Amino acid sequence: MRLVILEDNERVAEWSARYLIKRINDFKPGPNKFFVLGLPTGGTPLGTYKKLVQYHKAGKISFKYVKTFNMDEYVGIPRDHSQSYHSFMWQNLFKHIDIDPANAHILNGNAANLEEECQLYEDKIKEAGGIELFMGGIGPDGHIAFNEPGSSLVSRTRVKTLNQETITANARFFDDDMSKVPKQALTVGVGTVMDSREVMVLITGSHKAYALHMAIEEGVNHMWTVSAFQQHPRTIMLCDEDATLELKVKTVKYFKDLWTVHHKLIDDHMMDTF
Amino acid sequence: MPSIAPSKIIKYTNCRLVRAGAIVRDDLWVRGGRIVNPEPVFFDEQVQADATVDCSDALICPGFIDIQINGGFGYDFSSDVGKLEEAVSTVAKGVLATGVTSFCPTVVTSPCSVYHEVLPKLKRTPGGKEGAGILGIHLEGPFINPEKKGAHPLECIQKVEGINKIHNIYGDLGNVALVTIAPELPGALEVIRHLTSQGIKVSVGHSKGNLEEGEAAVNHGASFITHLFNAMLPFHHRDPGLVGLLTSQFIPRPVHYGIIADGIHTHPAALRIAHRTHPKGLVLVTDAMAAMGLGEGHHCIGQMQVLVEGRQAQVVGTNTLAGSIATMDDCVRHFIKEAGVTVVEGIEAASLHPAQVMGVTHSKGTLDFGTDADFLLLCDKGPLRVLNTFIAGECVAGPSLTPHTIKTPRVVLAK
Repeated sequence: MRLVILEDNERVAEWSARYLIKRINDFKPGPNKFFVLGLPTGGTPLGTYKKLVQYHKAGKISFKYVKTFNMDEYVGIPRDHSQSYHSFMWQNLFKHIDIDPANAHILNGNAANLEEECQLYEDKIKEAGGIELFMGGIGPDGHIAFNEPGSSLVSRTRVKTLNQETITANARFFDDDMSKVPKQALTVGVGTVMDSREVMVLITGSHKAYALHMAIEEGVNHMWTVSAFQQHPRTIMLCDEDATLELKVKTVKYFKDLWTVHHKLIDDHMMDTF
Repeated sequence: MPSIAPSKIIKYTNCRLVRAGAIVRDDLWVRGGRIVNPEPVFFDEQVQADATVDCSDALICPGFIDIQINGGFGYDFSSDVGKLEEAVSTVAKGVLATGVTSFCPTVVTSPCSVYHEVLPKLKRTPGGKEGAGILGIHLEGPFINPEKKGAHPLECIQKVEGINKIHNIYGDLGNVALVTIAPELPGALEVIRHLTSQGIKVSVGHSKGNLEEGEAAVNHGASFITHLFNAMLPFHHRDPGLVGLLTSQFIPRPVHYGIIADGIHTHPAALRIAHRTHPKGLVLVTDAMAAMGLGEGHHCIGQMQVLVEGRQAQVVGTNTLAGSIATMDDCVRHFIKEAGVTVVEGIEAASLHPAQVMGVTHSKGTLDFGTDADFLLLCDKGPLRVLNTFIAGECVAGPSLTPHTIKTPRVVLAK
C-alpha cells in the first residue's frame, strides 16, 4: 500500500487528477482498448473532477476511450433529482468531457428489478474487462461506496439499506422531509472494488483522520470497510495533512520519506508546478 | 455559417447563460429549433452533441420581444397599407440585428378601412432567416381618450358603444394579440372582458382614467399598461392615475407596463421610479416609428418630413417628436445604464417580461428546456452589444460562426 501525504485538499485534487491522467495516457487507450475507470461521488472527489475537466479542456486528456463505472446510486429518487449521483456526475464531469455516453455507467436506482440491475452491473464490469483503476472516497466511519460498517468484505453489487444516521443527515437535501429521503441505495461491494487492478482512495479533512488511522494502522476489519484494501496488491491512499492527525508520527514520517518515489508516479513535466 | 440538419444537436459552449434570473456558466444545447435538456440526451439517448460552437465567452440570452413597434426603415404599418408585405418584411428583417426575435406590429388609431385591409394581412409568423416572428398585432386605438391622443389622428378616434361596434371597426380579430384601450370610456370594461375571453390581451393607455378606472379594467381582464407615463394622467399623490396600478392592492395580480427607454420619451428618473416600484412588471418597448433604422438626416415618411438628429426624430419645422427611433438593444443599454439595473434585469425586461405579457413563456422569453431556440449572443464587456441573433436555432444575424464537428459521420451539412 502507498500513502501519499499532501498539504491540503487542493493538492490532493491536483495530484489525483494528474495521476489518473498519467495512468490513462500511459495505458494508450484506443477503439479496441478501453481504460475502465471506477468513480465515486461526494465532496472529496469534487476537486479531482474539477481538475480533470480543466486538463481535458487544455487538451491533456481525452475520455473518448474510457469506460466509467460509478460506485453507487440512491434507490427511488428521480434520476434528474439534484441529489442523485446521475446529476452529480453529469454536472461535475460528464457534461464537460468527451466521453461517449454509452460508456458512462451508473447503477439505475429506479430499475424495476433492483437485484437484476446489480447483477447486470457486475456483468457489465466483467464484459468491459474489469476495472483498471477504482477511485474512491471514504466516510468518517471508514465506509467505501455504501458499504457501511459491518458490510461483508467480499460483498458484490447489491441493494443496501442506509443507516439511520445517513438518512437523517441527508434530510437537508430533501426539503427536510424524511419521507422524501431515500432509504436504500445500490452500491458496488467491497469485493467488487477489490477486483479492480488498482484502487486509489482519497481522504481529506480532520474529520476523516480516525478513519484513516483505522484504515491503515489497525487490522482488516469489516467495521471499517476501507481497511480491506490493506490486502489489495495495488492500493494508493491519498490524504492531506489534516487527515493524518490520528496517525502515529512514525507512520507519517515513513510515508513522507517516500515522497521522491511517489512523485515519480505522476508526470515529471507536470510536477514542475507542484 | 454552414447549417446543420435540424435534427442534429448543436452545443454552444464557452459561454454564459441568462437563466432563472442569473448568469450561469453552462452550455446551451439546441436541437430541432428548440433548447434541449442535455442530461436525458446523455443518459437516455446516449448521444453526444453533433457539433459545438465556440462562443468565445459570449453571454447568451433569450431573444428580445418588442410588443409595440409601429414600423421602421421608412415603413409604417398603419399608413403603408398598399405595401404592407414589404413594410412587414423589411421591419422584420431589419430588427434582427437589434436582437429582436419576435414582435407585435402595432397599428395606431386609423380609419375603419385600414383595419379591414391591414389586420387580415398581418399574420402570425414563426420567424426565421427572413425576419423576426410575429406574435400577433397590437392595436393601439381607436378606442382611446381624445384628450390623450398623443400622435394619433383625432378624427379616427372612436367611442366604444358596445361589443358589436368593436367588431365592426376592426373586422377580423384573428391576428390580433393585444389591444390598447382607454378604460374610462363608457362601455370599455365590457369590451375588455369580451376581448380577454377571446384570448386577446388588453392594455390600458391613451387614457385620462383614474386609478379606480384602471383597477376596474384590470379586474375585467386587462394586464398591461401602454407606454407608462406617456399619454396618461401624470402621477398625483391624491389620485395616482394609471401609474398607481404599479402598487395597487385592489387588483388580483400585478400588471406589466411598457416603457419607452429611449432617453427621450421617459426621463431617466421616471424610469428609475417605475423600475424601483415594480421591477418584475417592466417591459421595454421601442414604440419605434418609420424613421427607426434610417440614420441621421431628412426623411420623407408618408406625408411627413422628418429630421433625425441623434436619438430624436422631429417633424421638420416643428418641435414635435415624430415618435421613437430607438431600437430594442438601444433601450436595453439605456435601461441598464440609467436605471442602474443588472444586465440580467435589463435583458429580462426585453425578453421574459414581454413573453409573460403575451402569455408565451412556454415557448419564448427564456432559455428554459423545451422552449424555442430564439436567442442572442451578446458581448457584455462594456455596453451590451448584440453579436448574433438566432431564431429556432438558426443564425439569422451577425457574423458567421463555424460549428466544430465532434463526430464527422453524424453531421449532415445542409446543401
